[in-house]
Amino acid sequence: MAYSEKVVDHYENPRNVGTLDKSSAEVGTGLVGAPECGDVMRLQIKVNPETQVIEDAKFKTFGCGSAIASSSLATEWVKGKTVAEALTISNTDIVKELALPPVKIHCSVLAEDAIRAAIGDWKKKNGVTESASTETAAAH
Amino acid sequence: MSNQEAISGNGSGSQMSNSGMIITQAKGPLPEGVHLPLYMDNHATTPLDPRVLDAMMPYFTNKFGNAASRNHAFGWEAEEAVENARAQIGKLINCTPKEIIFTSGATESNNLAIKGIAEMYREKGNHIITQVTEHKAVLDTCKKLEKMGYRVTYLPVQADGLIDMDDLKRAIVKDGPDKTILVTIMYANNEIGVVQPIREIGKICHEAGVLFHTDAVQAVGKIPVDVQADNIDVLSLSAHKIYGPKGVGALYVRRRNPRVQITEQINGGGHERGMRSGTLNVPGIVGLGKACEIAGAEMATEAERERELRDYLRHKLESNLDYVQVNGNMEHHLPGNLNMSFVYVEGESLLMGINDIAVSSGSACTSATLEPSYVLKALGLGDEIAHSSIRFGLGRFNTKAEVDYVADKIIEVVQKLRELSPLYEMVKEGIDLSKIEWAAH
Repeated sequence: MAYSEKVVDHYENPRNVGTLDKSSAEVGTGLVGAPECGDVMRLQIKVNPETQVIEDAKFKTFGCGSAIASSSLATEWVKGKTVAEALTISNTDIVKELALPPVKIHCSVLAEDAIRAAIGDWKKKNGVTESASTETAAAH
Repeated sequence: MSNQEAISGNGSGSQMSNSGMIITQAKGPLPEGVHLPLYMDNHATTPLDPRVLDAMMPYFTNKFGNAASRNHAFGWEAEEAVENARAQIGKLINCTPKEIIFTSGATESNNLAIKGIAEMYREKGNHIITQVTEHKAVLDTCKKLEKMGYRVTYLPVQADGLIDMDDLKRAIVKDGPDKTILVTIMYANNEIGVVQPIREIGKICHEAGVLFHTDAVQAVGKIPVDVQADNIDVLSLSAHKIYGPKGVGALYVRRRNPRVQITEQINGGGHERGMRSGTLNVPGIVGLGKACEIAGAEMATEAERERELRDYLRHKLESNLDYVQVNGNMEHHLPGNLNMSFVYVEGESLLMGINDIAVSSGSACTSATLEPSYVLKALGLGDEIAHSSIRFGLGRFNTKAEVDYVADKIIEVVQKLRELSPLYEMVKEGIDLSKIEWAAH
């Protein structure tokens, strides 16, 4: 199995590894995947309540190198974006950036799910109503 | 080996090996005697022993004759070499040279044994017994026979990987159209290294008048195999698992008590007493014979050496890491095998971190199904444990310095990946992972 240089780089130097206080109102937590499938991602975001900008993001992932790289990349990309902007990140962007082979596409899907789950959790905590434009929760 | 020497040295950072792999070398000098990439996957295949190559070489060059050429010296010379190899194999497994049929490898041997017996004895019965952790060469062959109308029983294994003798006795059908004609149970498992109670299985089969075949690829040359004492009727073996060449194997077919008959699966010339046509692979056969001779002569000391290295590896990993478990019965076990799960770390990511070491993972994240090893699942291990498993295959050329290097590297990478693992963090916080509703995907 050959990995792309970018996957190897994220695997060897994962960005934003860690844990945010999930009880904080500013923090949204997404936990996706399942141990029996060999992939579990936990992605957390810390959102500025005034600007809705994602000021911090952390992840931890149990999974193959591509899963680790996909979630590491996702934290890099969501940081500095508003919640609405972060929702536009799609798994195909991740596939492209990391040059994932077809058998690893599910890793990118999981990373997109993790972003959406974290934002969904933050919205729920803060009573943010879903606007039509962001109602695109992944179901697959 | 030149391949290892070519990329050894004290360099750091990444470099391409001549196999095209990216080799990330440890910072600082490598320990003495350690060359990268490091091979510790000897259940998959083994390097050719230089002594085996020396024995084979003349049969590639000036001794090139066809062993079936009966009327000139080139043929006689080749035939003599083949007969010598038969005797070398016979000595290792305690059979006569005439009972050895040469094949292209153990997959062919297994196919020939199972299909050949099924076809030959169809009048007598229609039932075959095997077990769930067999190699695919046996399982897929049995599935094919099922499609052809045979009935196959797949015995379960216990949590330690061994089959239950009572299950076997109950599965044997003594009369009727579904009478059992063949039991095929592997000697030692390729993933978890457990050694089945072959002697007892053979005895049960013989008492019931059922033929007994064993895929002994991982056992022959590693532990004592005696077809007489073990009550084995048909046995598959392979050269490349015992430091011989790829592409050659053998099938032992008992000639007395009982005389086993096998319907040939390849036609064309009637070689190998009609059971396997095709010009003999003389250099390969010479290599197989030599590999058997060496394995027999060195077995006692080598098994002891590998067992010590294996136990040392296990102890070092267990004393430096939490949440590790050994898979398979460790008492009835191949000396060079260790199958361990590093729970809360996914196997493929672990392999990626140790990519200068060749071992195998029980995780199959690269396959479309995401299914982990069926052998580990058969033990009743949860998928997440199976995904976390690594198979170490120690062999003749592995050293203590290599075992230390491998253990240190595994410990380092497992610790790093557990820092990354949400599951490890949750378990450390006292969360019961089985109580979480995981989203299926």
